[in-house]
Amino acid sequence: MEEIYKEYEDKLNPAMLQEIRANVPEKISHEKLKQILDKAVEIYDGSKVSPGECIGLIAAQSIGEPGTQMVLNTFHFAGVAEMNVTMGLPRIIEVLDATKNISTPMMEIYLKKPYCDGGEEIKKIALSIKEIKLKDVATEFSINIADFTITITVDEEKIKNLSLTVSQVGKAIGKFSKNLDIKTEKNVIVAKVSQKGESINTLYKVKEKIKEVSISGMKGIKQVLPVRRGDEYIILTAGSNIKTILQLEYVDAERTITNDIAEIADVLGIEAAREAIINEVKKVIDSQGLKVDIRHIMLVADTMCVSGKVKGITRYGVVSEKSSVLARASFETPLKHIIRAAVVGEEDMLTSVIENVMLNQPIPIGTGLPGLRSKIRK
Amino acid sequence: MSEEYIYKQVRSIVFGMLNPRQIKKMSAVKVVTPELYDKEGYPVDGGLMDLKMGVIDPGLRCKTCGSKLKECPGHFGYIELARPVIHINFVSLIFNLLKSTCRDCGRILLPQAKAEKLKERLDAAGKDVGPEARRKLIKSMMTSLKTTNKCPHCKARQQKITIEKPSTFFENDKRLTAIETRARLERLSDDDCELFGINAKTMRPEWAVLTILPIPPLTMRPSITLESGERSEDDLTHKLGDIVRINQRLFENINAGAPEIIIEDLWDLLKYHVTTYFNNEVAQLPPARHRSGQPLKTLTERIKSKEGRIRYNLAGKRTNFSARTVISPDPMLRLNEVGVPFVMATKLTVPERVTSWNMDYLKKFVTTGPKKYPGANYIIRPDGRKKKITDETKEQLLEELQPGFIVERHLMDGDIAIYNRQPSLHRMSMMCHRVRVLPGRTFRMNPSVCNPYNADFDGDEMNLHIPQTEEARAEAEVIMDVHMQLISPGYGLSVMGCIHDSISGNFLLTKELSFSRKDAVKILLSAGVDDFSKLPNKEMINGKEIFSVLIPDDFSYSGHSNLCKKKVEGCEDPAHVIIEKGKLRQGVIDGANLGKGSGWMLRDLHQKYGEEFAADFISKVSKLGINVLLNHGFSAAISDTDLPEVAKQKIKQVIDEAHILVADLIKSYEEETLETFPGKTRKETLELKILETLNKARNKSISIVTEYSTKRDTDTIIMAKSGARGSLLQLAQIAATVGQQALRGRRVDIGFTGRTLPYFQKNDLMPKARGFISDGYKAGMSPSEFFFQAMTGRDSLMDTALRTPKSGYLYRRLSNAMQDLKVDYDNTVRDASNKIIQFNYGEDGVDVSKSVGGKIDVRKIIRAALEVM
Repeated sequence: MEEIYKEYEDKLNPAMLQEIRANVPEKISHEKLKQILDKAVEIYDGSKVSPGECIGLIAAQSIGEPGTQMVLNTFHFAGVAEMNVTMGLPRIIEVLDATKNISTPMMEIYLKKPYCDGGEEIKKIALSIKEIKLKDVATEFSINIADFTITITVDEEKIKNLSLTVSQVGKAIGKFSKNLDIKTEKNVIVAKVSQKGESINTLYKVKEKIKEVSISGMKGIKQVLPVRRGDEYIILTAGSNIKTILQLEYVDAERTITNDIAEIADVLGIEAAREAIINEVKKVIDSQGLKVDIRHIMLVADTMCVSGKVKGITRYGVVSEKSSVLARASFETPLKHIIRAAVVGEEDMLTSVIENVMLNQPIPIGTGLPGLRSKIRK
Repeated sequence: MSEEYIYKQVRSIVFGMLNPRQIKKMSAVKVVTPELYDKEGYPVDGGLMDLKMGVIDPGLRCKTCGSKLKECPGHFGYIELARPVIHINFVSLIFNLLKSTCRDCGRILLPQAKAEKLKERLDAAGKDVGPEARRKLIKSMMTSLKTTNKCPHCKARQQKITIEKPSTFFENDKRLTAIETRARLERLSDDDCELFGINAKTMRPEWAVLTILPIPPLTMRPSITLESGERSEDDLTHKLGDIVRINQRLFENINAGAPEIIIEDLWDLLKYHVTTYFNNEVAQLPPARHRSGQPLKTLTERIKSKEGRIRYNLAGKRTNFSARTVISPDPMLRLNEVGVPFVMATKLTVPERVTSWNMDYLKKFVTTGPKKYPGANYIIRPDGRKKKITDETKEQLLEELQPGFIVERHLMDGDIAIYNRQPSLHRMSMMCHRVRVLPGRTFRMNPSVCNPYNADFDGDEMNLHIPQTEEARAEAEVIMDVHMQLISPGYGLSVMGCIHDSISGNFLLTKELSFSRKDAVKILLSAGVDDFSKLPNKEMINGKEIFSVLIPDDFSYSGHSNLCKKKVEGCEDPAHVIIEKGKLRQGVIDGANLGKGSGWMLRDLHQKYGEEFAADFISKVSKLGINVLLNHGFSAAISDTDLPEVAKQKIKQVIDEAHILVADLIKSYEEETLETFPGKTRKETLELKILETLNKARNKSISIVTEYSTKRDTDTIIMAKSGARGSLLQLAQIAATVGQQALRGRRVDIGFTGRTLPYFQKNDLMPKARGFISDGYKAGMSPSEFFFQAMTGRDSLMDTALRTPKSGYLYRRLSNAMQDLKVDYDNTVRDASNKIIQFNYGEDGVDVSKSVGGKIDVRKIIRAALEVM
């Protein structure tokens, strides 16, 4: 049996072979198996793409056409207890632009075994992840111009809930700047500013900055929400910081995911980013009830990622990488490209579609791809 | 025939800059006077309209090359600038060069050893990564040189160079004139140029400071003669006139030894004119204007943007032999036919080459002439001369006609045409159809082919193109034919299917109808079936049996219908479609099986019997459905949505209950006993809960409507159930309640005034005050309800208006970025420069339009193989 399968390894793709293996009845004669495999090879060969097929344009059309049917509604409530996430066309544009700061970064944090069962534990974990800023726990900020100090009154109740002490909060503020001298007293923190060129103005600025000092949790995580997924509990967060989250011991790093593609590319590498692009685009298209084959999305993701960095489908990204001057010029900012080409003395080899359209010549794609040569007898 | 064709092909295009010597050499005339015409209206020699620069008037000959209008490509002229001027587009380059070269020796401010190393790095980057990487490297090098203040070669101290936009340079607050700038750039050696990314062969930096200005040929800036006989000059001519005038003045002043201030002022003015001649949208300069105040369109504006040369004229092509008119449906046409009006058929022509075999055939067209159909309009002689066929020339042309001539005959049935509807978002938006010449003034098409074009008949217009060469026709026929486009490349299912009446007709037929044998034969005959051997020989024939006549004998299929309650494998609902060996055993054929984008049945038929059969099947089934309705009768009435009194009471009860529930929720909110959801405020929680309650109420009323109305099975309900048009939700909105109007995913907001409409109390949270419409469309709405409904209507209009340009831009970017990707002969996906994007297309190399929903059904292969044995 195995030998027969082996024979067909080159002729069929692994996924198909796997499926045949799984679905063929156990007691099958070798002949019958061969027959099935032959038939499969025949059908597989018949459904392969033909060389020269302009699949890039087909992919663009297959994503662009349903784009006209998508709703522009930015927000989407999947259920009662879900985070707000950008969906629809704006999200697709965001992903394909490879925007650095996306509008709604979000994480789904899966937890390891005992923690994911829910209960009080998960709420604690969630709270410890959330970024708490000083202004969230403080009840009052006041400046003392005479002593050049800032007095901060904190809510002890809130601090206790976070399992912190006032002095810890004080230390966190102290870390923010060397020029601060911190003294804590019950629930009052006094910070003396010893900066050069003291003026009320600087004091005021420092006060405003201190408000934003984070005293606990992970940077950038604005909101946490433990929810039930299947038979386990996970934590949804608004804001994303996958680098630090993945280092936590109770986090299941294999399943935890963020929707910030730039961050994925940074932390997990380009292959992970490609996968994330595919998943994010697919998610939006599915949520709109549209049908697009995965191959088209894959091709878009691959063109964005071939260079090793995530490049957006913009004039600064993928399009700027094109070798042809005229192809770049026909997209956007034509003059910039022509001037640059003149300076460098660039040569356009006319290998892509648009230049040949401009020159009224056959394009090197589809039926224009093959060339014929023949000797002319004189 | 021994005609010889010479095909020339452009291999590559090199970009560079014209140098002063080249400009002089290629010029036909030196322009010295701003005057255009003399008193008699003839162009002045040495003026901007000098006849040596080309012909723009019919009848004249070019003074340089002697050719006539449309033959002469035009010739350049030049003006010598009295003082050099910096080319606006190269300002940033010159600025960078000034900053990173020595002011004394003109070398790059980089020690020799470092320069050599940099050159190596540049070459490596350019070779391995591409020109973009090279450019980035140069850029970072230049920024690092800015701070160097001592020349490593001649040890001279460097001064600080600043720029005052748009194009004035200062060295330590002393103005650098263009002459000085040019002198500095001249000193730069070719080797150093290379380090700055300048190819000295195609461009020397000093050329960017213009001493000579080429004057574009007349053909590029033709003047228009107005009705009054007055001449109106092109924008470019106006601008050039300004330049020449100031330039002449500057010359005179210099020669007369005028004070420096006057000369400098004139020089600045010249600079302004030359700059706006290149680009009239420079940020710091006021744009040059017409006398009417509208800004001139100069060189940059001519090239740029959607209406510019590149996107409008070069990338966009216009064609002859095309037509456009309103469309209308004609179910009697085949799927790949298009009805063309007579009038058009006599204007659109197909060129046919005369051979000894088709001589007589083609002569007939010439004899008929251009006025009668089918005739011919033109004859093209082998030397390329085109002759119009008229009653006078007819006789002579007939005699002249011999092999090698081309006859442009009228469009006839069966000719190939490309049919298109904008916006062309798809490859299915342009398909090849066969011409059917028909009376009337509209294009006609089979309604089933509307879907890929996204067309309807509310006044849509469509375009038709007639391919003119044999190659084009062959490609259109083999690749673009409607039959070849049946399966969408986007998701691998049929894009065409039955629509509207065809679906409800087949639904009724396969669900409950039966006909006498005579009627059955009549229906099938009008659907295009002539083989009745499959029709059972009985008095009364069941609908399923009639439908089965269309199915081939060896076809088996199983699929869900819209009526199936649970859409899972092993569905046992009586409506589940089962076809065994060409017989419809069970189930109801409806939109789920015949419709577009869902038709697995169509996909299976296509795969097994080919596209020709599938297309034929679609048109036959459509006609069958329509003819069933013709025989049976089918009409929608308002009374279809009538509900019995019991149902009305029930719905009222449901809605009243919902109101009470909401009131309770609001009460508990006000008393602060409402439990909040995690991560939400109390107010948000309340809103969510209210929405939930109201939606539940609406769903309940829908099910009540369904329950009572399906008892009667009126035609309106049949339409909704079969998936032909409309949904049960819409039915419930007419009969019972419209429901909550959602604005951006929320209930209608109270805004700043504290209420939605002055009719309500402030801060009223009840459903009525926040956009809940408890009446149905038929019963009519109250004024406030009507207003809420208009709000969501307006909101959705806005949504569409905003979405269209956004998604259009996304599509343009995607297609521009990916249009060069193709599958190569080794199955890899490559771009234009042969870079590999994917090693195997989609990881398995399967073409979506050749697969089933993007997959290959392995189980089916196994099942089929096992069955055979």
